[in-house]
Amino acid sequence: MGAASQGDKGKNVAAEPAKVDPMHQFTIEPLFGSANWELAGYNIAFTNSALWMAISAAVLWLFMLGGMKRQLVPGRWQMAVESFTGFIDDMLEANIGQAGRKYVPYVFTLFMFILFANILGLMPLGLVGVHPFTFTSHFTVTGVLAIMSFAIVLIVGFARHGLHFFSLFLPHGTPWWMAPIIAPIELISFMVRPFSLGLRLFVAMMAGHVLLEVLSSFVISGGNAGVGYGIFIGIPSLLLMIGICALEILVAGIQAYVFALLTSLYINDAENLH
Amino acid sequence: MDPEAAKLLGAGIAAIGCGLASIGVGNVFAKFLEGALRNPGAADAQQGRLFIGFAGAELLGLLAFVVAALLIFQ
Repeated sequence: MGAASQGDKGKNVAAEPAKVDPMHQFTIEPLFGSANWELAGYNIAFTNSALWMAISAAVLWLFMLGGMKRQLVPGRWQMAVESFTGFIDDMLEANIGQAGRKYVPYVFTLFMFILFANILGLMPLGLVGVHPFTFTSHFTVTGVLAIMSFAIVLIVGFARHGLHFFSLFLPHGTPWWMAPIIAPIELISFMVRPFSLGLRLFVAMMAGHVLLEVLSSFVISGGNAGVGYGIFIGIPSLLLMIGICALEILVAGIQAYVFALLTSLYINDAENLH
Repeated sequence: MDPEAAKLLGAGIAAIGCGLASIGVGNVFAKFLEGALRNPGAADAQQGRLFIGFAGAELLGLLAFVVAALLIFQ
């Protein structure tokens, strides 16, 4: 909310102090005077997005550091870390088989990074004046993560099966007269995977944050408009916001899980064809 | 019609897609629960497929949101 009112000042609409711009929270700003850093003609400013990526990585590193003690009788922290690794390990083994074990490091990193990013972005740090930035609500970030997964699928597929990898586009046992229809459909569904993978995460996070911001604008405008509006609009909106916050925590976990799950399914196609 | 008004109307119509996707997501979980309660022993092994179905149904609703957002902000 504080960020939104700052944005209003920036756009000279101070005449309407209650107006909340729900998209302002996604603004990328260069920090620490790095706006003019350039490398080979490209701007490489250290933005709030990069800062929160670094914070996510640091928090994830601390989380793993505290749990990798390899004690015979694990403590609580070690149990937490081991249940995460075991969860990813089981998922890969169920979807890919024994060959899936070698992808545990990649899929685990992906899952934990997205999970920590989503949850850190939801933290109520605005109470102490820090505005968390959910970098997974930007297609540039999720798109790159999706391209990494897709590149692994392509590299593994062509390295293991060579040109035989193209049989992915013609499922086993297709009647010959169906082939001209099935092959283009399979090709399109294969090529659209990185987009759908990146788009799903980015839109789910962005929609949730916009929804929270819109509800908060109901609370602020309702409270400003008078006691009656405050009671009949502001308070129900606040209660709804609390519920939506809980839903957003669920969505943060589910989206990280879905990203890792779909990555493992796509890698399964590359490992085993079908 | 004013093009700006048409854009906003289009965005509102696109939002219908979000509601339709909610039917789809509800169906996915409803059918899973229906099956899981009949055969609880087999339910845990199918949770991955549950989330694949959920992801597929949800994606189309999110696409409707993207269309609406593009109409408003472009």
